This record gives sequence, structure tokens and C-alpha cells, in this order.
Amino acid sequence: MPDSSFSQIVFGRLTLESFPFSDPILVGTFTVVAILGIAILAAITRYGWWGYLWKEWFTSVDHKRIGAMYMVLGIVMLLRGFSDAIMMRLQQALAFGGSEGYLPPYHYDQIFTAHGVIMIFFVAMPLITGLMNFVVPLQIGARDVAFPFLNNFSFWMTTAGAVLVMASLFIGEFAKTGWLAYPPLSGILYSPGVGVDYFIWSLQIAGIGTTLSGINLIATIVKMRAPGMTLMRMPVFTWTALCSNVLIVAAFPVLTAVLVLMTLDRYLGTNFFAGGLGGNPMMYVNLIWMWGHPEVYILILPAFGVYSEVAATFSGKRLFGYTSMVYATIVITILAYLVWLHHFFTMGSGASVNAFFGIATMIISIPTGAKIFNWLFTMYRGRIRFDEPMLWTLAFMLTFVIGGMTGVMLAIPPADFVLHNSLFLVAHFHNVIIGGVVFGMFAGISYWFPKAFGFKLDPFWGKVSFWFWVAGFYVAFMPLYLLGLMGVTRRMRVFQDDSLQIWFIIAGFGVFLIALGIAAFLIQIYVSIRDRERLADLTGDPWNGRTLEWSTSSPPPSYNFAFTPVVHDNDAWWDMKQRGYVRPLDGFRPIAMPKNTGAGIVLAGLSLALGFAMVWYIWWLAAASFVALLAVAIGHTFNYARMFDIPADDVRRSEDERSRQLADSGATP
Amino acid sequence: MSHAGNSDHADAHHDELPQGTMRGYVTGFVLAAVLTIIPFWLVMGGVFDNRTITILAIMVCAVIQIVVHMVFFLHMDPRSEGGWTLLALGFTIIIVVIMIAGSLWVMYHLNANVMPLGREMNQSF
Repeated sequence: MPDSSFSQIVFGRLTLESFPFSDPILVGTFTVVAILGIAILAAITRYGWWGYLWKEWFTSVDHKRIGAMYMVLGIVMLLRGFSDAIMMRLQQALAFGGSEGYLPPYHYDQIFTAHGVIMIFFVAMPLITGLMNFVVPLQIGARDVAFPFLNNFSFWMTTAGAVLVMASLFIGEFAKTGWLAYPPLSGILYSPGVGVDYFIWSLQIAGIGTTLSGINLIATIVKMRAPGMTLMRMPVFTWTALCSNVLIVAAFPVLTAVLVLMTLDRYLGTNFFAGGLGGNPMMYVNLIWMWGHPEVYILILPAFGVYSEVAATFSGKRLFGYTSMVYATIVITILAYLVWLHHFFTMGSGASVNAFFGIATMIISIPTGAKIFNWLFTMYRGRIRFDEPMLWTLAFMLTFVIGGMTGVMLAIPPADFVLHNSLFLVAHFHNVIIGGVVFGMFAGISYWFPKAFGFKLDPFWGKVSFWFWVAGFYVAFMPLYLLGLMGVTRRMRVFQDDSLQIWFIIAGFGVFLIALGIAAFLIQIYVSIRDRERLADLTGDPWNGRTLEWSTSSPPPSYNFAFTPVVHDNDAWWDMKQRGYVRPLDGFRPIAMPKNTGAGIVLAGLSLALGFAMVWYIWWLAAASFVALLAVAIGHTFNYARMFDIPADDVRRSEDERSRQLADSGATP
Repeated sequence: MSHAGNSDHADAHHDELPQGTMRGYVTGFVLAAVLTIIPFWLVMGGVFDNRTITILAIMVCAVIQIVVHMVFFLHMDPRSEGGWTLLALGFTIIIVVIMIAGSLWVMYHLNANVMPLGREMNQSF
């Protein structure tokens, strides 16, 4: 049939049947998403915001704007990942007493896979990268990151990966393999569809962004600290960001390599992980966890940094045990590479291997425990203010200790043989990721929001969100611990034993509470923008902070600091305040800053086209977008006019404005 | 590199970067080419009868190749960038050793424990 071969050349595997018209849930979702999307696009067009968005945000190389865009991406994707969570909980609460629930297997399996992939790669990663991007240059007294264009490019690559995952919802399908896509299930024999290919290409594209942003932030921290800021005077958040990015740079290439090998298996028929012919699927498990374990520390370390900053600031005290905090962070960074096998104790490596990795895992609880004590001693006899960031920090300390202890339980290989793959494990990692990373991100958002936008977040709705989140977490996940101890395995779609149903209903109610928490968070943002006059922060230092970011205005000017600060102490800004620092009001000079560029968004768009083409075997589009990718990347290197000067008069004008704000707020200028 | 930090030295950052010389690049290129040709010759010419020796020889060439790239193309020496390069190299070596040695150890034990059946299956393919 010449007709069908022609459409194959043009559209590859993509046919009309690829669109899930027959699935009422997806058609409904698509309709809602389409209506909302069109409404948003229409509003942007109606108010003429395209030019503003393009010039001031999409092409911006300002680390603060890019940081904010990462946060928006993370929050938008949180809504998607959380929708998956609600669907899973509903399915598991319903599928008892002979009922099949409401989700067919092929749909349910996609949902739990997408939930894991999205929550780790497109919620947690953008949130921590965004926070590091925004905070680190301000904390070290720099004007931007080391490679501003690369930063913009990294953000758009992460976004392109997210778009590809979202596309799988309405065009084709997503992987049905679980979030790490173990072979042989993810091999071409058992997963012939496009789902695993969506998984591969979205992670590869986003992974490039993550690796590059890791390199960028390391270079920034190593090379661009303000004079006087030795390594042991860096704020703890910057330290944790440094270690987290070192982990990124050392771990993400492993993910890239293992996904390349899987791509070769799927596309070219090699046998790296395919059994027979010398391949071994367990090698995939081994390699992917060599990335996967550092990944969880990549997520938690910056959160630890947030808690350190918050605990010191809201206790009005210097952080207890700064040096031990730094060394604990470094020890965790190294140990992160020595424990990967605890994710597959049951693989069959035997007692000696399991004993080594079990003990190494337990050792990690020592530096982590030291950190908990440091935070407790920081609070001890402090004048604690229970603002929202501090509430999240307290909830973290309680919750994370529980998650840490169940983690040590799982680190005991014989116990792991019982608990492996059970809901106990699911409860454990949600306990540390929600109780550690998510709480940390909310603490960080409420802490630095006034710095980013010039007004505080509304405290009432913040507290509503906080209490629903924390209560919801416990109600949703404590039943899973119990179920896991009773032997219920993860990723089940239907249950035979009706006595278990009550626990799933309780867990479902917990997710409903978390949903209220997320809704309250969105209301909080809306209310805060509406009441920005009432919540305004004119001083630039709303929490009586200790580190350099609080020495600038809120929001900081594009150049961050008119004069590079000189650092004499760990808590640089606190020290400056104690010594009666006076802001220089004169002698401004022009400031050289990097220019905006659209190259990043173009490159990411082409990568998206390349990824989509590879998923659907549209070879001509893959070749064309790859060539275009190279052309644009090389073309961009000929752009020599990357810098411009902010004239001294402009600097003076914005610094005078800052003086006026300080005078209005009653503080000394 | 640090342009946003030093307002008046926007173009001064080239001074910090190590400069390669034509001579250095040519030396590096020739060494790299030779170290690539040797493994091909070892395999295609069937120089050693023993397979293990061939593999070891190729791996030695690969390690030397890495050093050649680092010295002649990446311009690394113990003093560059105030010792940061050396520190990063040390860290990288530790991580790579952990990953390779760890994987070999883990997979060896796995094979020893569970592969007798698998090996026969493999041979039957």
C-alpha cells in the first residue's frame, strides 16, 4: 500500500489511533486543559503580554528570573503529578469486593509511572534548581551565575522534557513500567509502544539541562564569591547547593549513559540489558541506581540548607555547629555513592555484598542525625518566631526523623527482604521526600518569596496550607506503613482482601487533605498578589536575616549589588548590621551585564522536536531538527556582543529609589 | 567567566584561561592518534594469542589516552585554577573507581550466586 508507507515516512508511527479518543478520562482532561490553555493564551494576547514575557522572562539570562520560572514549572508540574496521585488513591480505595475500580490496567500503570517520573524530575528537580538559582548568587554577593546563557538554556531544556512528558498524555501513551523502567519489561519485546520512548527522550532532554545547570552553579560558587567569603564562611545553603551540584555533575552522566544503552537496545536491537547474547538486565538496575541514589541526596541537601538558614534566622541565633554542618554535608555527598545497592538487596548478590551496603547505608544516618541535633541546638534558648518558614522546618524535623528511622529499618538486608517492594517502602520514601524535600521547598518559597517579589506571602493562607499538608501527609502515609507491614505490595490495581479497604480509604482521605493544602497554597499566592500593598516589604530584610541576599532591595535590582560586598564573617549581613554598615550612596560606576538571548528557547524547542520525532520514528524530522540544533548552537557561538553596560546614572536612580523605600519603611538608609 | 562580578574587567577573563600552544596541540593529536591506532592494530592484526592480554593492553592505552587528553587538550596541571582542577580530578577518580569496582564486585557476586542456570541458558541461545 503506497498510501500507508507514505504516511509512515511523514508521520512515522503516529496515526489517528495514537490519539486516545476512546478514553473518556483523557478526553475530559484534554478538553479542560485545552479550554484553560486557550483562555490563558487569549488573555496574554488580549493584554499584549507576549512582548513583555518574551523580552523580560523567556529570553532573560537573569538568574533571579530563571529561578522564578523554574519554580513556576515545578508548581505547574506538581498539579499534574498530584492529579496522578489522586487517581491512584481513588482506584486503590475503590478496587475491593470484586470491583475493578475505575482504571483499566494499561491506564493505571501509566499513571503510577508518570507520577514517579514527574514528581522527581519535573517537580522536585525544578524546585530545588530554581531555589538554588535564585538564592546562590545573592548569597555569595555575585551579580549573576558564571554562565548566564547556559542557565537560560538549562531551564528551557528542563521545560522541553516536561512538555514531552505532558504530550504523552494526549498523543500516544506513557511508559507502563514503573518510574525507573527496568528491563526486560521496558525492552522492545514487552513494551513495543511509545511509552518507554517518551520516558527515555524526556529524561535525556531534561537531563542535559540539569547537568549543565549543575556545572554552572559549581563554577559560580567556586569562582564568584565576594571578597572575604572563604569556603568556611559560605552560608550553609550555598554549601549544600555546592554539594548537591557536585552530585548532579557526577551522577547524571550515569543516567545519560544507561539511557543511551537502553535506547540502543530498543532502537538498534543491541542486547546490553536483554538477557541472552551476554546482556544482563540486572546491570541496568545496578547502573540506574548508581544515579538514583545520589539523586535523592541531590534533592534533600538543598532542603537541608533551607532548614539551616530558616532555623538560624527565626531563632535569632547563629547556626549551631556550622563546621560540623559543612562536614556532615560533605560526608553525605561522598557516602551517597556507596549505598546504591540497598535499592536491590533482593537481587541476589549475596550476604557479603548486602552487608557492606547495609552498613554503609546505616552510617549515613550519623551525619544526618548530627544535622538534626545542630538544628535543635540552634533553636535551644533562641527567640523563636513561628512564621511560616519556621513551621515547615519544625514539621520537617518531626516527620523526617520518622522517615529516617524507617529508612534504617530498610537498610537491614534481612528486614528488606520482607519489606522490599511493599507499601512500607512507598511510605518510607514519601515520608523523606515529602517530609524532607517538599516541606523544605515550601519553607524556602515562603522564606525567599518577599526577596523575589517585594511582598510577603499571606500568613493566614500559608498556615492553612501548612496544617492541611502536614495533617494530610500523616493521614495519607501512616496507613501505608501498616499495610506494608501486613505484606501489601506496591503498584497493585485490585485487592482481594476486603479487610484492607479501610486503610486505603483513610489514605485517600489524607490525599484529599493534601489537596486542600495545595489549594490553600494557590489561594495564598492569589491573595498575596491581590494584597501586595499590605504585605509589601520595603526594607529588603523582612525576617531580620543573616546572609547577604537580605542586604539588597526586594526585589533586588538586575545587577544585585551596586558594589560587591566585602565579607568578614559567616553571617555576613548580620555582621554588617552589627557593625553599623552604611550603604554607599555615591560613586556608582557602569555595570557590565549579560544580554538576553532567545537562543536557549530555540535550542530547547528543536530538542523537543528531536525527542518527539525519535519517539514516533519520524526520521526526517529527527534528522532535520538535529541539523538545525547543531546549526543554531554553532551560530550562537558567533554572537560576540553578549554584554552591555548599565549606565552609572541608571544604577544611581535605582539605588536612590531604594533609599526612598528605606526611608518610607522607617529604617536607616 | 566572572564578567558579571567585575564590572570594569568584562574582557579580562581570557587571561585566567590556560592557553594551548600549536606545538602542544600537535603533540596531543599525534599521541591520541597513535593510542587509537594501537588497539585497532592489536585486535585486527591478532598480535597476542591471549585474549586477556589484548584486553589489558587496550585498557592501558585507554587510560594513557585519558591522561593525554587531560594534559594536552584540557591543559590540566596541579596548579591550574588554584588547585580546584586537581581536587575535581581526585573526586572524579574516586567516584569512577567506586562505580567500576563496585559494579564488578556486585555483578561478580550476582553471577556466582544465581548464574549457573543462566549461563546454561545463555549457552543454549
